[in-house]
Amino acid sequence: MNVTVTVNGKAHTRDVEPRTLLVHFLRENLGLTGTHVGCDTSQCGACTVHLNGEAVKSCTVLAVQAGGMEVTTIEGIGTAADLHPLQAGFWEKHGLQCGFCTPGMIMSAAELLRHDPDPSEATIRHHLEGNYCRCTGYHNIVLAVQHAAAAMREREAGQAADD
Amino acid sequence: MTDRTEKYMGQALKRKEDPRFITGAGQYTDDFVLPGMLHAAMVRSPYAHARITGIDKSSVEEMPGVVAVLTGEDVAAAGAGPIPVGWLLPDLKVPPHHAVAQGEVNHVGDIVAVVVAETRAQAEDAAALLAVDYDALPSVALGSAALEEGAPQVHDDVPGNVAFRWEIGDEAALNEAFNRAHKTVKVKLRNHRLVPNAIEPRASLAQFSPASGEYLLYTTSQNPHIHRLILAAFVLNIPEHKLRVISPDVGGGFGSKIFQYQEEVVVLLAARLLGKPIKWAARRSESFVSDMQGRDHESEAELAVDADGRMLGLRVNTVANLGAYLTLFAPAVPTYLYGTLLNGVYKFPAVHAKVTGVVTNTVPVDAYRGAGRPEATYLIERTVDVMAHELGMDPAEFRRINFIQPDEFPYQTPVALVYDSGNYEPALDMALDMMKYRELRAEQERMKGTNKILGVGVISYLEACGLAPSALVGQLGAQAGQWESSLVRVHPTGKVELYTGSHSHGQGHETAFPQIAADELQIPIEDIDLIHGDTGRMPYGWGTYGSRSAAVGGSALKMALQKITAKAKKIAAHLLEASEEDIEHEGGVFRVRGAPGQQKTFFDVALMAHLAHSLPDGMEPGLEATAFYDPKNFVYPFGTHVAVVEIDTDTGVVKLRDYGCVDDCGPLINPLIAEGQVHGGIAQGAGQALWEDAAYDEEGNFLAGTFMEYAVPRADDLPNFQTDHTVTPSPHNPLGVKGIGEAGTIASTAAVANAVMDALWHECRIAHLDMPYTSEKVWRAIREARQGAGMGQAADD
Repeated sequence: MNVTVTVNGKAHTRDVEPRTLLVHFLRENLGLTGTHVGCDTSQCGACTVHLNGEAVKSCTVLAVQAGGMEVTTIEGIGTAADLHPLQAGFWEKHGLQCGFCTPGMIMSAAELLRHDPDPSEATIRHHLEGNYCRCTGYHNIVLAVQHAAAAMREREAGQAADD
Repeated sequence: MTDRTEKYMGQALKRKEDPRFITGAGQYTDDFVLPGMLHAAMVRSPYAHARITGIDKSSVEEMPGVVAVLTGEDVAAAGAGPIPVGWLLPDLKVPPHHAVAQGEVNHVGDIVAVVVAETRAQAEDAAALLAVDYDALPSVALGSAALEEGAPQVHDDVPGNVAFRWEIGDEAALNEAFNRAHKTVKVKLRNHRLVPNAIEPRASLAQFSPASGEYLLYTTSQNPHIHRLILAAFVLNIPEHKLRVISPDVGGGFGSKIFQYQEEVVVLLAARLLGKPIKWAARRSESFVSDMQGRDHESEAELAVDADGRMLGLRVNTVANLGAYLTLFAPAVPTYLYGTLLNGVYKFPAVHAKVTGVVTNTVPVDAYRGAGRPEATYLIERTVDVMAHELGMDPAEFRRINFIQPDEFPYQTPVALVYDSGNYEPALDMALDMMKYRELRAEQERMKGTNKILGVGVISYLEACGLAPSALVGQLGAQAGQWESSLVRVHPTGKVELYTGSHSHGQGHETAFPQIAADELQIPIEDIDLIHGDTGRMPYGWGTYGSRSAAVGGSALKMALQKITAKAKKIAAHLLEASEEDIEHEGGVFRVRGAPGQQKTFFDVALMAHLAHSLPDGMEPGLEATAFYDPKNFVYPFGTHVAVVEIDTDTGVVKLRDYGCVDDCGPLINPLIAEGQVHGGIAQGAGQALWEDAAYDEEGNFLAGTFMEYAVPRADDLPNFQTDHTVTPSPHNPLGVKGIGEAGTIASTAAVANAVMDALWHECRIAHLDMPYTSEKVWRAIREARQGAGMGQAADD
């Protein structure tokens, strides 16, 4: 069946099997391989994307359920030339090693910072408990999110002062 | 950084590889698509042990998209041999390990058949419905149970389920030491089984070109050359140069991506038989029953001390469960990577260990982060703590008085190894200071009698990494060399490519190796890139495992770089019309000593090396060098880790409250990367102590087949870690570096376990419980101890 999903600002229409999961739609139909599959029980969070602005595990959403909605993936949140503060934070604080869980971590952390611009360490750890990382021990991921939060607050304050 | 007076080595540089990972531009095996690609799904045994009495291919052949069904017979007819073992102990019994089972399955998850279809979903649909008839056979899951009289036989050609018996050390000397003992303790320990769980599931994509006879394999590998060697020489029987193995970005390995797996054979054969590229990517639930698992030892350890608390001897008897088949490094892990490490950091007059390698109806066990060394460290450090508690000595001080002293290196242990260098006390002191150890002990006393108890686990570990030298490991059974290679290719523009046989799957090689090169060549790091993970591009190499990349691969790189600078110096001397002895290589330029202004840049030299318009007489053009480095010995990192846990006695919940460590891996190439490795290692090791358990029932049914049942540490389970280091260089290699990738895991399981047992000893004199310390287990133990049952030694006995 046909489904139209707006991904990273661009509408895509594809003919998919009704059972196609959003993660497979992104990876296989659209070639957006930044979103990863790490498990089949929706525990690991490697596939986290934003659906109409909310972080979701794209392995628990059917592509057809996303019809008419806006999806943002890691490819849409920032570029190498213009990194999102979270991307910069993960780089700066060595919040990744193999990088496989990183897109999901960043997308999940982005939702946290949208709701809570100055989260405590405990809040960050609690928010990220649905995203598994096997390399970093989470220590540097927490630092990365804190770094990004500070940068975003600073940017916000700067913008407010300019207004 | 253009000021070349500052060194790159030792700097916490941000990683060069990260921009692609943080923007989603990494390329992992499952991201690759080849034209006309088909998808394979594995049909896996639901039985731990069964005879396959029939496979009805017609049951799925008409299903949408199905292209082929391959059985063990088809694989045998295609000429594929069994997957070999890469470490041969004397009298080793090796049951054949076929890519697809031939007549019999030996563990849940063993591959019974392969379905190839146009889409992955179609392949999985058909795989789920393929009609397979089985006759269930008796099965066994626990190593000690497999040794019992009358136990089910896993393989006809492994009598009594014993794959090998191995021992090390002087038993007579050990017995004599025990005769002199003031006190002995005996601890029964289970080092339970784990699933490595790299977050990227394994995947493979194969292509075959009938015109050239060439194969291409993208696969999730830590060592593509090893895969190529095994597949070409032993499994497919094809010329080695006809197979190119690419392991692109790899999402974590931890040992689980070292081995030759069945699925890689399957996709290569299917690609040839069907004439199309074939991809297979594991579901996580497949990973649980097909990635090689880790640990699984049952041991008895006895420690003897004299009246002053000096260690006299350690006696160890271990049953190592190898699972259903002997995989690549399986025989090495519980022998040479475990038995030889049982001396730890202590001055033992005698150590003797016996290891029985046993086959069972479980997923094969092979190297997992640390491979043998976490098992040895856990056994020693747990036993040392039991003794310290029995003696009423402070566990840290008991360790201190038994340390090998800095002036005693090189140190010959009673179990074969010669330690290169070490200085254990400063690391212990720093770690105790860092964690405010005395205050913790006071807090522990204060909390007594409340419903919260505190435990402090202190361990001092040593690991052997950079397995070496090749000649010695060859004598011991290794069917592999232990050297590493590096190629340095300087382009006419002065830009440089480094090629290494090591492989990065998160360890930051693309930054660390250029750091070494930028210092040697004295050019900006931006001008240097590392290439790895492709047998079609690199010189031969043995890959990354056993924390060998920096010590062995980095040393090979250093040697290749030295050849480059030596030649560059000759060219510069020629261009400057000076003698080579008068050329200084400083600040990024070659200049004539005492003649300011007389200089050539690296670019000038690189360009002339390629133009060859003016080279010294007889010199070959170009600027390229390869080096092969075979280490003289292992390197021996060490350190002290301290874990602090708080246990709620009402619920049994164990909280890892604080963790601090001081590691010594020699000079750090990049402290940011080294610390990151330590953090990750601590999390994995703590995971074993507190949560992770690859549990089977007695018959070999796997009880922990998804992340729903198998608990890996999550962000809110762990504290921040405090890390620091001392620096004791290795005298053996040109960089002086040791390894750090496994240190965290090797140390932390023992540290966390000791912390939990420290709390339980102080609270209710429980001497030992086996990991993992689930709330239920801890709650029951406290309850029983308080009721007066189970006081003293080992509730698990």
